[in-house]
Amino acid sequence: MRIGIVCPYAWDVPGGVQFHIRDLAEHLLSRGHHVSVLAPADDGTPLPPYVVSAGRAVPVPYNGSVARLNFGFLSAARVRRWLQHGAFDVIHIHEPASPSLGLLSCWAARGPIVATFHTSNPRSRAMIAAYPILQPALEKISARIAVSEYARRTLVEHLGGDAVVIPNGVDVDFFARAEPKAAWQSQAEGAGDEGGARPGATIGFIGRIDEPRKGLPVLMRALPAILAEVPDARLLVAGRGDEEEAVAALAPELRRHVEFLGMVSDEDKARLLRSVDLYVAPNTGGESFGIILVEAMSAGAAVLASDLDAFAQVLDQGEAGELFANEDADALAAAAVRLLRDPARLAELRERGSRHVRRFDWSTVGADILAVYETVTEGAEPGRSVAADEPAGRTAQDYGG
Amino acid sequence: MTTFIWIAAVVVLIGIYLSWTAGRLDRLHARIDAARAALDAQLLRRASVAQEIGTSGVLDPAASIVLYQAAHAARQAPEDGREVAESELTQALRATLGEREQVDAVGAAPGGEQTLAELTAAVRRVPMARRFHNDAVRAARAVRRHRLVRYFRLAGHAPFPLAFEMDDEPPAVLGAPHTAA
Repeated sequence: MRIGIVCPYAWDVPGGVQFHIRDLAEHLLSRGHHVSVLAPADDGTPLPPYVVSAGRAVPVPYNGSVARLNFGFLSAARVRRWLQHGAFDVIHIHEPASPSLGLLSCWAARGPIVATFHTSNPRSRAMIAAYPILQPALEKISARIAVSEYARRTLVEHLGGDAVVIPNGVDVDFFARAEPKAAWQSQAEGAGDEGGARPGATIGFIGRIDEPRKGLPVLMRALPAILAEVPDARLLVAGRGDEEEAVAALAPELRRHVEFLGMVSDEDKARLLRSVDLYVAPNTGGESFGIILVEAMSAGAAVLASDLDAFAQVLDQGEAGELFANEDADALAAAAVRLLRDPARLAELRERGSRHVRRFDWSTVGADILAVYETVTEGAEPGRSVAADEPAGRTAQDYGG
Repeated sequence: MTTFIWIAAVVVLIGIYLSWTAGRLDRLHARIDAARAALDAQLLRRASVAQEIGTSGVLDPAASIVLYQAAHAARQAPEDGREVAESELTQALRATLGEREQVDAVGAAPGGEQTLAELTAAVRRVPMARRFHNDAVRAARAVRRHRLVRYFRLAGHAPFPLAFEMDDEPPAVLGAPHTAA
């Protein structure tokens, strides 16, 4: 099958959507399909052979932050050229409602279009104002995919219609096979505190340090209470940001329990998740899926996460990992202490997580996405592939007259 | 003279808008047709596999008859009885293949693995195709409700699109095939 994928965000900037598209493209290529990805990229950026640049993304303030987007005649022309050259059986647009390549290609293409909605933004005023503009573009989409039940619900509320839920994929075996690193592990032997925690128990956190929504401040508030009960516990933090600022609120004598690892490679991330006794995801909002939880479970880490809708769903409503009340540092501390002192429960969580996580493996997710492609191409007229669109008015005349 | 130009301009603009909307609507109808064709194909596939299992003699006689009867009815159903017949097939599948042992029995028969894979794909794809179809129907309806579309009869003779409503909840064992470690 000839598949065109549209990435809305700059290829050279790391992000969840970009990684998802990269993994999807590579999975489809490995299954013998023809894949071309259209993505914004600076000229001169080294790109994998399957990526076509749609030009430089321009940083503009949008929706409360600076987003790097593509728009204008030049980008639109590149989209059309890509569509004409590609002769795709199906195109798969990511984030079709973002004012970037996603929307442009939705506008410019006709034929079988699949779209994945990643974020679950609350309805913004711009979206309401743009609704009449968006609707004619969005109604060309033959099949909508939402990455979680939560994302689907927001999508249905904001745009109407329906979507199938296909979660983001993870290469489970990559994480499951990672080698644990002794420096990040607790000691297997010797007595811990009288409560039963292993000596030098490690708690893991991965995420931007200076992004409050990732929840490190909540974890920092909980840390004194955790250390009061499990005095030799260590917190390992991987992620970008100002380390001084992150520990500023912590008493100086407790700071030595926090170890910053900075930005880590994918390999080290997997090793970290394999090593820690407990992985904590204290995110306070803005998550529509929670890929990091899936990665943690793949690596066999016991997971403790805030009870965001998206997280609760990924963790099977608390079956595959424990949940605590969002933003409640006391609840987080209590749950962490209880878990660290109960190695049997930790082992049980590891085992359940590893079993549960198989549904997020690329082998499963990729098959589901291919099923969507096949469903939409099957109904389409035989031999008719995706093409650049003519202005709708002309088609109407052909039709009417 | 200026008034005339203004009126002419407005008429032309309205004309362009109407023509554009008619084009949109035409595309939406094409999308519904495609989605419906895809849904029909998936439903037919599901009924065929169910009928095969029903006639194979792998299941006990009572289950075989129930499954065969439901699959046959689904394939033969007239247009206005289709939703009910397909829902009944769904229920028959849930009743006869609701437990691991029965599914394993089908899988153990010669060629059974293949049959199970086909059935698993079909019960997964029917809800997909149905969602895509009903999504297209909703989009077309939203446009057809516009006052201008109704006054100028832009929808032509195309019938008012109807959603396809049915019970498509797959058997738990088949529906979540990936939970098996």
